[in-house]
Amino acid sequence: MPMERVDPELVEFDVRTDEMLINMGPQHPSTHGVLRLVLRTDGEVVTDVVPHIGYLHRCAEKIGEKISPRQWIPYTDRMDYLAGMNMNLGWAMTVEKLMDLEIPDRARHVRVMVCELNRIASHLVAAGTYGLDLGSFTPFLYCFREREKILDLFEEVCGARLTYSFITMGGVTGDLPPGWLDRCERFLREFEEVIPELHAVLTSNEIFVRRTAGVGVLTPETAIAYGCSGPVLRGSGVKWDLRRDGEPRVTRMYEDYDFEIIAQHEGSYPQDRDDYPPVPPEAVLGDSWHRFYVRMIECVQSIRLIRQAMAKYQGCDGPIGEPIKLTQKLPKGEAYLETEAPKGQMGFMVVSDGTAIPWRVRARSSCFCNLSVTSEICRGCLLADIPAIVGSLDIVLGEIDR
Amino acid sequence: MNATEIIDRLKQRFGDRILRSDTDCLDPWLEIAADGLHEICRFLRDDPDMRFDYLHCVSGVDYVEPDPKKAKKTDWQPHLELLYHLSSMQHRHRIVLRVVLPRWRDGVHGRLPEVSSVADLWPTANWHEREVYDLCGVAFAGHPDLRRILCPEDWVGHPLRKDYETPQEYHGIRVK
Repeated sequence: MPMERVDPELVEFDVRTDEMLINMGPQHPSTHGVLRLVLRTDGEVVTDVVPHIGYLHRCAEKIGEKISPRQWIPYTDRMDYLAGMNMNLGWAMTVEKLMDLEIPDRARHVRVMVCELNRIASHLVAAGTYGLDLGSFTPFLYCFREREKILDLFEEVCGARLTYSFITMGGVTGDLPPGWLDRCERFLREFEEVIPELHAVLTSNEIFVRRTAGVGVLTPETAIAYGCSGPVLRGSGVKWDLRRDGEPRVTRMYEDYDFEIIAQHEGSYPQDRDDYPPVPPEAVLGDSWHRFYVRMIECVQSIRLIRQAMAKYQGCDGPIGEPIKLTQKLPKGEAYLETEAPKGQMGFMVVSDGTAIPWRVRARSSCFCNLSVTSEICRGCLLADIPAIVGSLDIVLGEIDR
Repeated sequence: MNATEIIDRLKQRFGDRILRSDTDCLDPWLEIAADGLHEICRFLRDDPDMRFDYLHCVSGVDYVEPDPKKAKKTDWQPHLELLYHLSSMQHRHRIVLRVVLPRWRDGVHGRLPEVSSVADLWPTANWHEREVYDLCGVAFAGHPDLRRILCPEDWVGHPLRKDYETPQEYHGIRVK
């Protein structure tokens, strides 16, 4: 029988592809920890993403109901283990809010220094592993080499490289060691030289731009509705940073500091330096590239903040602050406070019934909210873009699962 | 608007649905009746003077004293509280909503208390309510996907309840 010639379009429709469920994780290198994603795919196109979390749940909140606030500080280290200082700060300030405790200026500047250093360290891991997700190994080594120097500085300050427990209610656990400021300044100078290299291998690299620009676009309305915060929110062009917009207790910490919120505003980023690479024409506000770019510029801002903090610290005498006693009784009441951690707004709540042990502690994780938006922004993307989108959110599962 | 003005506006509009309020504490709060939660939240989000566009956190707090000796000294009846921390990026004001629920619905042990979900107003509530359901045992009516989120699907009990007892084992793994 002779074959009939059919409409080529019809042939296209005749070839049916079945929907396929793909399980990604919990052991998968590009899910940044024990995150499991169930992807529903139609050929190469992802039609639905369902994240499953909880693999790293360690009952931190339940433990907090059994021990005193100072004893709980090490548990906060293990939430966002890439930014332990910022986690300590959030919890310490929440309890200080409940106790109405003010800390001396000298301790305030030390806090700014270590928190901003930790912000750089966290953003370096984000940038390095993001390059790794997209198949580029070199930036990973550059980033970890620099991060290592920050960890060395922290080791000098408190003896620990990852879980610091350095910032406590009432101040910090100890003053900076002699000569530390010089070593910190040396690191900043070295790091400043590396930033253009990082921009060359990542930010303005053509392959990197093609993989990230226009991928996983998050509109500002969606970001706010999903409670996104940090670079994820600012990458969508929302000028919101708790260091400027937070509660008075948080903004007081950064009083007299000169810095800008990194977000695209009226079509351009703050231009305090002229060596930032330009925004590529393919990039759409709110895409993975912008989220990455915000982190990179925030590193530069953090350098500025650390320099200011070092000058202020040298210019002020006085006590470094006395940590509260382990068995200090808490006043009756509730306090909730959010601080700007590298990955977003980290909130802690403490409910006290008047004893030394809190009745309830609560940790509001920024990554938890940032991750909840994945199913929204991954819908309709290509399978290969999933690591690019999840990586751009910069999640840490320790903080999500608590 | 400051907290007093917000609470006054809500009292004018919703009257007896606003049960208690406190503006002198660290985070000013108001307690609302459970059946009015969704309506009040919609007003808070949509009213041009309120515009509470950012839901920070939904937390559950269990008030019960498992130790009978200490229970005699408490000045409250056993109950569950839900706290909603809200703020407005546009107007830069914040408020805390408090909803008091019975520990068990109709007093029957094992029946979870119910309150309407606000996940349709703020999508971020979706995961937060799942977490409260998982750890504190509150059922959210109208939630699109009320499953456990941190504990395994077949976990028994709600760990952040004060009278929770850890099971001896889970699938042959010693827990205690």
